[in-house]
Amino acid sequence: FCVFIVAARTHVNYELKDDVAVVRLNDPTSKVNTLSKQMEAEITQVMNEVWGNAQVKSAVVISTKPGCFVAGADINMIKACKSAEEVTSLSQEGQKMFEKIEKSPIPVVAAINGSCLGGGLELAIACQYRLATKSKKTVLGTPEVLLGLLPGAGGTQRLPKMVGLPTAFDMMLTGRNIRADKAKKMGLLHQIIDPLGPGLKSPEERTMEYLEEVAVGVAKDLAAKKVTVDKKKGLIQKLQDVVMGFPFVRKQIYNTVTKKVMKQTKGLYPAPLKIIECVQSGVEKGSSTGYQVESENFGKLGMTAESRALIGLYQGQVACKKNNFGTPERELKTLAILGAGLMGAGIAQVTVDKGVATILKDTTLEGLARGQQQVYKGLNDKVKKRGITSFERDATLSFLTGQLDYSGFQKADMVIEAVFEDLAIKHQVLKEVEAVTPAHCIFASNTSALPIRDIAAVSKRPEKVIGMHYFSPVDKMQLLEIITTDKTSKDTTASAVALGLRQGKIIIVVGDGPGFYTTRCLAPMLAEAVRLLQEGVGPKMLDSLTTSIGFPVGMATLADEVGIDVAAHVAEDLGKAFGQRFGGGNVELLKTMVQKGFKGRKSGKGCFLYGAKSKDKQVNPGAEEILKTFKLTAPPAVSGNEDVQYRLICRFVNEAVLCLQEGILPDPIQGDIGAVFGLGFPPCFGGPFRFVDTFGADRLLQKMKRYEEFYGNHFTPCQLLQDHARDPSKRFHK
Amino acid sequence: RAEWAWPVKKTLSKTGVKNIVLVDGVRTPFLQSGTTYADLMPHDLARTALQGLLNRTGIPKDAVDYIIYGTVIQEVKTSNVAREAALGAGFSDRIPAHTVTMACISSNQAMTTAVGMIAAGQCDAVVAGGVEFMSDVPIRHSRKMRKTMLSLNKAKTLGARLALLGSIRPAHLAPELPAVAEFSTEETMGHSADRLAAAFGVSRREQDEYALRSHSLAKRAQDEGLLSDVVGFKVPGKDIVSKDNGIRPSSMEQMAKLKPAFVKPHGTVTAANSSYLTDGASAVLIMSEEKALALGYKPKAYLRDFVYVSQDPKDQLLLGPSYATPKVLERSGLKLADIDVFEFHEAFAGQILSNLKAMDSDWFAKTYMGRTSKVGSPPLDKFNLWGGSLSLGHPFGATGCRLVTTVAHRLKKEGGQYGLVAACAAGGQGHAMVIEAYPQ
Repeated sequence: FCVFIVAARTHVNYELKDDVAVVRLNDPTSKVNTLSKQMEAEITQVMNEVWGNAQVKSAVVISTKPGCFVAGADINMIKACKSAEEVTSLSQEGQKMFEKIEKSPIPVVAAINGSCLGGGLELAIACQYRLATKSKKTVLGTPEVLLGLLPGAGGTQRLPKMVGLPTAFDMMLTGRNIRADKAKKMGLLHQIIDPLGPGLKSPEERTMEYLEEVAVGVAKDLAAKKVTVDKKKGLIQKLQDVVMGFPFVRKQIYNTVTKKVMKQTKGLYPAPLKIIECVQSGVEKGSSTGYQVESENFGKLGMTAESRALIGLYQGQVACKKNNFGTPERELKTLAILGAGLMGAGIAQVTVDKGVATILKDTTLEGLARGQQQVYKGLNDKVKKRGITSFERDATLSFLTGQLDYSGFQKADMVIEAVFEDLAIKHQVLKEVEAVTPAHCIFASNTSALPIRDIAAVSKRPEKVIGMHYFSPVDKMQLLEIITTDKTSKDTTASAVALGLRQGKIIIVVGDGPGFYTTRCLAPMLAEAVRLLQEGVGPKMLDSLTTSIGFPVGMATLADEVGIDVAAHVAEDLGKAFGQRFGGGNVELLKTMVQKGFKGRKSGKGCFLYGAKSKDKQVNPGAEEILKTFKLTAPPAVSGNEDVQYRLICRFVNEAVLCLQEGILPDPIQGDIGAVFGLGFPPCFGGPFRFVDTFGADRLLQKMKRYEEFYGNHFTPCQLLQDHARDPSKRFHK
Repeated sequence: RAEWAWPVKKTLSKTGVKNIVLVDGVRTPFLQSGTTYADLMPHDLARTALQGLLNRTGIPKDAVDYIIYGTVIQEVKTSNVAREAALGAGFSDRIPAHTVTMACISSNQAMTTAVGMIAAGQCDAVVAGGVEFMSDVPIRHSRKMRKTMLSLNKAKTLGARLALLGSIRPAHLAPELPAVAEFSTEETMGHSADRLAAAFGVSRREQDEYALRSHSLAKRAQDEGLLSDVVGFKVPGKDIVSKDNGIRPSSMEQMAKLKPAFVKPHGTVTAANSSYLTDGASAVLIMSEEKALALGYKPKAYLRDFVYVSQDPKDQLLLGPSYATPKVLERSGLKLADIDVFEFHEAFAGQILSNLKAMDSDWFAKTYMGRTSKVGSPPLDKFNLWGGSLSLGHPFGATGCRLVTTVAHRLKKEGGQYGLVAACAAGGQGHAMVIEAYPQ
């Protein structure tokens, strides 16, 4: 008599290797494994079978996907929830499943290759023993906080026990990725395995097999008690354990961490505080309270607008890492960059390490030397942080050629110009470039405001002309705004997007026009900022009002960073192009500052003084003098702190929506991504479009109408915004 | 096929290419570092090998045109160890000498440089050799300390000198030790060998068995007196050394007890299945055939085609033989089955077994070597029959000459016609040479 249980399992299966059950995870519907309902159910089912099998003495949990153990919980599963209780119950299910694994009667070994994040890490730390490959793809971390959530499957309870309070806070509050070797030092892993090279199978395939072989060996040794799960603690760790034994020390830590979080988030993000609460409850009141607080807080966070906004940004970012324009006809092998300034060298920096032969051309030896040094330094910093070896640095640099002439341009597949923002100069270099490059060569302009069609006007091959607007510093800022004219060919666009993706960029593709999308949204907000300065809001106040609603950099500081001269230039150009709507602040104010040499950080003086290494930024007295001469009276009815903030936001948001209305923007997702990743629009709002959805178009309209009374058409809501206000069922995001 | 019809294989002589011969080869006993040679210097060992060659061949001291030595870890005082050794060995001081380095194939490089000089008509008789002395290696002051010491030379005043001395911190006193590690990847060779063995799925047991085979065969060869290239050496203040001292056939049980030496705790490469640090020197006399005959020699073998290869120093560090073997066979128009005697350098048992598997894999040949099919794995009954680097020892710079001399001796003893030498080297490089027996 025997019973066959026909289990149509698709995500999890297991195989017996002697007395070791090897449990393999593989979501056949995706490139990565996530803890979806299906995955969770099958893990539970399989583990129960394993536990029920008396032959099995130990188990190994491993993924069959190269480059991914488990990348996290299924976000859509959380998004689909309608109430906090529903989200809480998801957390509780996870907690229960992992608790069973933690208390498993047989040792369970997690064998990790690739990303082990969020719920994946929580699964791993519930196992008795963890080993991982030292592959570059192997990263461990708890990125939930970046989605406005917390590790809700026991993570806030287990991590502090495993790595200590300070490290656990650091992991959970920053959400940063940790490489395998670091994770071993931190005590997250017991053992690491070097990836293998070619053998009788591909390196990836064989490395996975090897990981499993070693894991099975460890599992057997654990079952035979030849190996223990205890990790040797270093002196510092032992000391730390002793110190953490004192309640007042722990209290001090909670306070310090809370203060730090408040300073950094301005209280705009609820998740970090909830994480602290969960940890504190678990440590101080025991794990049953801890688990309860964790799941309740997880439920609450799942319903917050901030979490929805951050999840929206995450998913938008994933969407903006795809090439929707097809595969380029030619593979880009040689890229030439004109201008070795911050931008040009920055573009070189993110290109040379992708195996693209990169020519960096400047007009002076000094400029070229500075640019080449920037590329070298970028790579050398990675060597210092042990991200790459000095040989990898040198080999990477061999892809870079610095020069003053056009030699070698006959091999260029694409040229990106990053020369001075002046149409005449751009025309000159375009002609020079077209004279020396092959017919298939693409000419991309890294202009931040000049319409591409104006630049393309003198081109022999306008279908090969495109805009590639990078953001400074290029190696840090993730966004790339690609601008197509009506003449730009699809293959040109596909090639530009392909290059951007190789450079690791998040890409939005927008239509042509003065300021395209990003600069165009920024300009009216900057005009409003100038207006506020004129109305007597000091630079410091302006900074604090903007950072307190979530801008990562204050508006006055931002102007200094961008450069007052650049701001003046853009304000004047776009003012001409769009007229009154871009008014508000007086451009002459900026011009006067430029005349006095207050060009911002680069000249040492702008709204603030730079140079002295004092922590407290000093306002530039010279700038204050100028502000006085341009002084205007602030209308009290719309000049309260909150109104000041909404005035700035309104002008940004209205222009963004107008860009969508005019077809500059293809969709709200790219609008949100561009605003947040390019301009620092508060991530807690999820971008201008999500802001309208969350805040309510009608409410926004009312505010704008009130400001319109005082300032006229700067605040006239665009048609699309009015449509949304009239019909609440209209939303930018479903 | 026509070849099978002929009882004797064809000669590899090519028209327009000089026949170059190995007249003879000798070596000092290979000793584990830190034993009887411990108080010597590298040129002492090299000199002994040169003297041994002079005695064995009886060549007039001025009949040699050039001397080349290979070495890896250089004694800075004798960086051109070839010249220092030649001067003391009693060769004419009119014979130029230079030193080459190419990791474990340094003396192969010395020999092929000699072949090149003779082929180019610049020389008729060249001595090539190799030496390694691991009992003493250059241990340096730290870079910071060296910088301070160099600045001290330039400091003019007492104050300046004191200031410099005062800048020395305890950390500056930590010495820099040479490591058997790749400079480019910072990975030690043993670690790379362990990963290689894992990549090819070579088990610990297979490695131990191979190491045991190497030691057993070496022991038998030693006992039967087959290692006739060894010349005795009266070490000053000590006894005459006449035998390699690292040959120690153990048992599988004993070997299984060892813990992995590099990849811990799950690795498979141990001290027992790796070659060990060795002191030793070797030398060979290479001539054009006419010159050898004119001087009345009966050469031992022809040195025929050779190749050097290189590949990824990270993941294919020790796969040189796999790449070099098919290439050199192709140059000679031979197949693996034509080879009667194989002498491969044994850096690690895992490395040898990985190479054997790589050579036997069509997938590897196609995917990584751009070949249409595998070259095949050398049959073990023709392979390293008198022991190898694992058991005889591996003085980095000296192993190449030992391999070539052994092939010549084995061809004669076993009656074969073609021999193949192959070796891997740090830097991801490799070498192979085809050797043909001199007609009896």
